[in-house]
Amino acid sequence: MTEERVGVYVCHCGHNIAGTVDVEAVAQWAQTLPYVAVARDYRFMCSSLGQELIEKDIKELGLTRVVVAACSPHMHEPTFRGVSARAGLNPYLMEMANIREHASWVHRDDMAAATDKAKALVAGAVRRALELKPLEPFKAAIKETTLVVGGGIAGITAALEIANAGYPVVMVEREPSIGGHMAQLDKTFPTLDCSACILTPKMFDVGTHPNITLLTYSEVEQVDGYVGNFTVRVRKKARKINTDVCTGCGDCWSRCPAKVVDEVFEAGLGYRTAVYRPFPQAVPKYPVIDVESCIYFQKGTCRACEKFCPTGAISFDQEDEVIVLSVGNIVLATGYKTFDPRQIPQYGYGRLANVFTSMEFERMVNAAGPTGGKVVLRDGVTTPKSVGIIHCVGSRDHRFNRYCSATCCMAALKFSHLVKERTNAEVYQFYIDMRASFKDYEEFYVRILDEGAHMVRGRVAEVTDAARQPGEEGKLIIQVEDTLIGRQRRIPVDMVILMVGMEPQEDAVEISHLFGIGCSTAGFFTERHPKLDPVATMTDGIFICGACQGPKDIPESVGQGAATAARVLSLIGQKEVEIEPIRAQIDESRCSGCRVCNTMCPYSAIDYIEELGVSRVNPALCKGCGTCVAACPSQVITGQHFTYEAIMAQIEGLLYDVRSGNGHKTVAEPQPVEVA
Amino acid sequence: MASTNGKPKLALYWASSCGGCEIAVLAIHEKLLEVAEAFDVVFWPCAMDFKQAEVEAMADGEIDVCLFNGAIRNDHNAHMAHLLRQKSKVLVAFGSCANEGCMPGLANFTDREHILRFIYQESPSTDNPQGVRPQLRTEVPEGTLELPDFWNTVKTLDQVVPVDYYLPGCPPEAKWVAAAVDAIVTNKLPPPGSVIGMDVAVCDECPRKRDVKKITRFYRPYEIVPDPEICLLEQGLFCAGIATRAGCGALCPSVNMGCRGCYGPVEGVEDIGARLISAIGSIIEAKTPEEIDAVLDTLPDPAGYFYRFSLARSFLRRTRMGQQDGRRVAEPIAEVPRLEPELAD
Repeated sequence: MTEERVGVYVCHCGHNIAGTVDVEAVAQWAQTLPYVAVARDYRFMCSSLGQELIEKDIKELGLTRVVVAACSPHMHEPTFRGVSARAGLNPYLMEMANIREHASWVHRDDMAAATDKAKALVAGAVRRALELKPLEPFKAAIKETTLVVGGGIAGITAALEIANAGYPVVMVEREPSIGGHMAQLDKTFPTLDCSACILTPKMFDVGTHPNITLLTYSEVEQVDGYVGNFTVRVRKKARKINTDVCTGCGDCWSRCPAKVVDEVFEAGLGYRTAVYRPFPQAVPKYPVIDVESCIYFQKGTCRACEKFCPTGAISFDQEDEVIVLSVGNIVLATGYKTFDPRQIPQYGYGRLANVFTSMEFERMVNAAGPTGGKVVLRDGVTTPKSVGIIHCVGSRDHRFNRYCSATCCMAALKFSHLVKERTNAEVYQFYIDMRASFKDYEEFYVRILDEGAHMVRGRVAEVTDAARQPGEEGKLIIQVEDTLIGRQRRIPVDMVILMVGMEPQEDAVEISHLFGIGCSTAGFFTERHPKLDPVATMTDGIFICGACQGPKDIPESVGQGAATAARVLSLIGQKEVEIEPIRAQIDESRCSGCRVCNTMCPYSAIDYIEELGVSRVNPALCKGCGTCVAACPSQVITGQHFTYEAIMAQIEGLLYDVRSGNGHKTVAEPQPVEVA
Repeated sequence: MASTNGKPKLALYWASSCGGCEIAVLAIHEKLLEVAEAFDVVFWPCAMDFKQAEVEAMADGEIDVCLFNGAIRNDHNAHMAHLLRQKSKVLVAFGSCANEGCMPGLANFTDREHILRFIYQESPSTDNPQGVRPQLRTEVPEGTLELPDFWNTVKTLDQVVPVDYYLPGCPPEAKWVAAAVDAIVTNKLPPPGSVIGMDVAVCDECPRKRDVKKITRFYRPYEIVPDPEICLLEQGLFCAGIATRAGCGALCPSVNMGCRGCYGPVEGVEDIGARLISAIGSIIEAKTPEEIDAVLDTLPDPAGYFYRFSLARSFLRRTRMGQQDGRRVAEPIAEVPRLEPELAD
């Protein structure tokens, strides 16, 4: 190792690092470390001048390793690997020491300590750099087909953009029809466009597009592979309908005697039959038989649909089908679910008949909905004279979800308008803060104010039917502190609408595991970078858009859907991808075949070779996560780039005693003191 | 330096150990004759009447090979380790105690004060109302009696003196003792610092059928009758064979008993306990912290399972020492409070 020459580059990051860490001192000190040929500090290492500085040194001083002490490798590792590569040094011989997030930002109040810590981090990085081995990235061809999971507006947008560019798309949707939540809505804010009128043409396009294969009533079961080469297993649930002959005429559901509450599309406000199509514009047009509520499946007799079907499309013995797809990229647009307001019993949902959720109200005002668009109380006939709309139900609430659901303010204003339009009832809006921050939203707010909505600023304490004062009998009384006038108020109304917040899908965490992407504690999928990479994930080739990433409204979901399409098309256009060569490797001569690692691999990349009695890593599937490396009791699995030697060297480097006189005396190995 | 009869000189010594290693030397059976043939035994307190003074009188490096078993737990052990190191060309750490501390090393979970107090005062079978304890020096009419000082911490041989070769096992299997003897006799010793043995884990020699592992609870050996064909660990019986150096021929697993780990870590591993913890932790089939706790509750004395033989050599070395009445004593192992998620106000 005597000929190794390390260059250390300490970045000021403007004031970000230099404001807290004495970067000159760190560079001077680094110069004294073994094998360090040159150490410099510079205002912005990531700038083109900073990059040129490193390139020049590599070439002129013959550096064999480079340490950049700057920000997170998450941010600039690709940058500095690129610098090394351009200067002819294997990019995997560049190591970053994160003295910004790990030192300056977390020790703002103690410059001396932050500087010492930066030195220790640099010493660790130098020791680690000396143990790194050159690696060559793999190249893999990118399959042109893209999988889009979720057929709401975000997924539809992504699918159409990619398909229109001429590449095949497979869309998988869990429900019998695509359309998502947008298909349930009546009007959209702030323009009051008819939701169905703008959505259904796009749904139709998806259904008929020559480049789109639509798999509805289907769910992804397994995902293997890596960017460019995913293998996805999809379970196509049995519709019990032969879609080759079904015409979608409706004879089956009009004859079906089993009526059940439609909890999905009608949000519990209306009924459907056991054989049903969720809504008239459904894509595809075919119904499904809900086996749970079908009389024939439950009791053994009926088969009315079969008798009346003119094409013989009913297929009771149809079974689930498993389809294996080979795709290059995956777009997740799995959407959201609404908050269940039964968790706030004082609002009375489920107990007081005339308390509705916002989704129920969407169906009520929808001309195609259960009431034909009439705004009526739960009895189905009485028109309300006053309506209270409660904001932030389950949102901005430390008991449930701390975040803002982003869409409810505007939807509540839209409801205000629709109530006025349909009934001329008085509308009270109970809000915490009014959020109307995008194009035309504020104008819409002003318009609703002009329409005479009563705005009450305050979190509602209770909705009750217990009358205390004259005029409250038979009403729902909303108890609230009006914080603008500083008084408790009791406002009697006929109908209450709870603006329920958006939550991650029930199985969001499992989905994130299935696809190997990150997920916040709340359950929203994690983007690669919140500002600069909002639709990519930490897993290459898997993108996210729409409300599965966080609460958002239609325009934002559409924007993200199109953004994922752009990212996918950019990858397809590259024809092949470079894959990080950081992989786990098993030394088969020393593997004893205990099989501890076999179950560990989240990517199913480890095979057990029975005849040799050893386990083997499939490098095409391995993502280098290191789980097996840690689990191997014999320590014969090596994580390339994160070898045992490199990690131990880094720890030893970190334990350099930066404060003792000459600067790099190792801390003595702790020994128990003997007492005589 | 060959002795007058031209044979290389061999010494065997036991420090803090049970004597099993001495038996292991005898267990090479007729090969012992070869040893006698090939070597001139110059020091073997267990079997022959040599005195310490005779060793002290030898020239430095006069002994060709010294097989040293036992851990270092008092001044005399340390003195003999230094002495034999000085007098021997090749010093072999023989057996688990000298290699990694073994059972004596488990004393590092406590300290001298606790041990002496229990042994001489508090154990149920002790009757010692005056609280008499052994003294370093005791005056008797015949003169002064001396005892070596008893250490707080048990050490391995190589934590006290440099060691040339390691022969692990509790005790080392006869075939590896024989192999070591062969290597010495034929002068085919591996590079200094080597462990004489295999470099894979016990699973490699284990005849049981292994599948993927998912543990939902552990059993103690008396609780179940294990299937004789299937991996014991898969049946919930703790087996350290996954992390333990092979060489014994999987003796314990072959007779329905999980490997205890006496051969120490596999080649290249520093801390067998840490490896076992991450391996066992990896194959526990549980999702929530409560489920994980429930599985681990079925594994009594985890420190003893994971560090049965290797505590003295491990990264941990011993329990933490604190101060009490001006003396350093082991801190009691406190229950670590589980961090609860931040509660909403």
